[in-house]
Amino acid sequence: MTVILNLGPTHPATHGVFQNIIEIDGETILNADSTIGYIHRAFEKLAEHRPYYQITPITDRLNYCSSPINNIGWHLTVEKLLGVKTPKRVDYMRVIIMELARISDHLICNSILGVDTGAFSGFLYLFQHREKIYEIYEEICGARLTTNIGRIGGFERDFNDVAHRKTLEFLDEFSVALAEFESLLNRNRIFMDRTIGAGPISAERALNYGFTGPNLRAAGVDYDVRVTTPYSSYEDFQFEIPIGTQGDTYDRYMVRNCEMWQSLSIIRQAIEKMPEGPFHADVPEFYLPPKQDVYQYMEALIYHFKVVMGEIPVPVGEVYQAVEGGNGELGFYLVSDGGRSPFRLHFRRPSFIAYQAYPEMITGGLLSDAIVTLSSLNVIAGELDA
Amino acid sequence: MFDFFFIIEKLILISAVLGITLFIAAYSTLAERKLAAFFQDRIGPDRAGPFGLLQPLADGLKFLFKEAIIPAKADRFLFVLGPSLSMLAACMACAVIPWGPDLMLFGRTVALQITDLSVGLLYLFGLVSFGVYGVMIGGWASNNKYSLLSTIRASSQMISYELAMGLSLIALVLTTGTLSIREIVLGQPGWHWNILAQPLGFMIFIVCAFAETNRVPFDLPECETELVGGYHTEYSGMQLGFYLFAEYINMFISSAVMTCLYFGGFQMPFIASLGLPQNVVALFGVVFFFVKILMFLFLFIWIRWTLPRFRYDQLMRLGWTGLIPLAIINLLATAVFQLCN
Repeated sequence: MTVILNLGPTHPATHGVFQNIIEIDGETILNADSTIGYIHRAFEKLAEHRPYYQITPITDRLNYCSSPINNIGWHLTVEKLLGVKTPKRVDYMRVIIMELARISDHLICNSILGVDTGAFSGFLYLFQHREKIYEIYEEICGARLTTNIGRIGGFERDFNDVAHRKTLEFLDEFSVALAEFESLLNRNRIFMDRTIGAGPISAERALNYGFTGPNLRAAGVDYDVRVTTPYSSYEDFQFEIPIGTQGDTYDRYMVRNCEMWQSLSIIRQAIEKMPEGPFHADVPEFYLPPKQDVYQYMEALIYHFKVVMGEIPVPVGEVYQAVEGGNGELGFYLVSDGGRSPFRLHFRRPSFIAYQAYPEMITGGLLSDAIVTLSSLNVIAGELDA
Repeated sequence: MFDFFFIIEKLILISAVLGITLFIAAYSTLAERKLAAFFQDRIGPDRAGPFGLLQPLADGLKFLFKEAIIPAKADRFLFVLGPSLSMLAACMACAVIPWGPDLMLFGRTVALQITDLSVGLLYLFGLVSFGVYGVMIGGWASNNKYSLLSTIRASSQMISYELAMGLSLIALVLTTGTLSIREIVLGQPGWHWNILAQPLGFMIFIVCAFAETNRVPFDLPECETELVGGYHTEYSGMQLGFYLFAEYINMFISSAVMTCLYFGGFQMPFIASLGLPQNVVALFGVVFFFVKILMFLFLFIWIRWTLPRFRYDQLMRLGWTGLIPLAIINLLATAVFQLCN
């Protein structure tokens, strides 16, 4: 006899609001059906009514575990439309922030996977370092979770000394914590038994679904936006793309762990090679002039007014800009008709795509597998529903 | 003949033992939270009283004042019966534990044990099997699918691990030749602890003890990430408190049983050679017994905050294809050894 079990939308293991109606025979899942849309906030429609710079805070709420990547991805999209060339220093600063965000995203995913298998302590070992990352964000932009970091063209201010010091401290402390976390779980017999073979997906199926990011790399495809179409000067850095073979939960976990080490190395390189120069591009139509100038010079006053009111003519055209988000290729497809706000803006949200494969991945497995599969896919409800 | 003093003595002993059991169970909740905090670089509860020492009291009060909600579709009688049975089974187990050597008071020999059953081991074993009814009835009566799944897990887990536990105990009985827990303890004077004779049996027993008390890595019946709250998903107030409390009492009792069966119980090495008065020896024995119990409690807590939990099928596989064959081999080896002696 089979039983219909309603897994979600308020279930402690669905980190966010997902509903899965599963048909189980004993503990084996025979059928699964996912419902999405519980926190749909119509971001794409909202964006059609806002000036470009006011869309950045919307992107915060997509994947809120790594909002700086979303912010910077949006800025890169607008810069691509405007044809702005950012200075090297801006690129490097962005790389540092995006890699910090990637670490914070992956560490949540992996440590929550630990919680879902029952190992709670490892979660806290890593989680307290997310706090350190948030403190760095705070020094850079004043916010912690919904960062709204940077501006179109660069940053509103340079990194201060505290941010530098905290970043260096983080690099040292986090290496120790990550090594400790790995020693708790990586070769833990129970953890391996729980995750190896749980929720597998083949490379072919993953590609058919349109998987990207760690979920695709765990299946054995070495696709990474940072390498295939470098943005923000990623071509200047040396790093490896870890890939898995089985596409199961353990591989996804390992890929994310390895990527955290790579991100640490990228941040170190960026700090070492950080060039001197301006911290924003010369785009007066989009970048607020210093307040002092606004009071003294007429041009600055005009630009200030136009930027704040969002009354800036933009070129007509369509652009697609992708960045490697925490969960995969985060794309922004922007159509501009020259008006103050986009004619159409589409977010290519990796979680949305990964979640489509979820029913297929858990069918035939056990109930426990379904839980660890969901946490290792790292489906973020905010990004799923947009 | 009616012995008035005997009744008084036993009444005092029963209340003392029950009081101590409940006290230790209450404070092991605090110890659990404090140790978890220590393992996780946190501070832990420190608001109620100095160093949070009144925290168990505050928790108990909170449970008492919370509304005990009974779901509309639940079976009201069985729903209340479940946690009561769990608590009852947990509390009854302390009756056969020998807490220390005999005391000499007012010219009477007072045994620090409520009753020395000749089939003490079987009694304990019966209670362990009885305890699962509390979980089963409560979870089933909740009329909730998660609770139901959890009860299925709980009952199959308990039955599977009881087998291995029983087999490891039979090997122990072969070496000791008695089912009375007191005699088993008395049979381990000095350093002649049963762990030395039955190391494999002890390993099997401790793994099964973790499974029987639903502790990590065998806490599948109540794993919150899959089954919400497991069998106590629908429970609230003191009924929930009973379930949680019964778990800690079980932890305490199984630590005591492990100490009695394999670690010499209240037997303290070298104490006999000191030539102390009997009552002092008895007192030392009780203290030493509790030191051993607390070490086991620490082990329970330590493992809980370190390891992940098994998956249901892996748990079953470990029980049936790992522990039971091992226990049988252990039993046969012990039997052959006993025959040759």
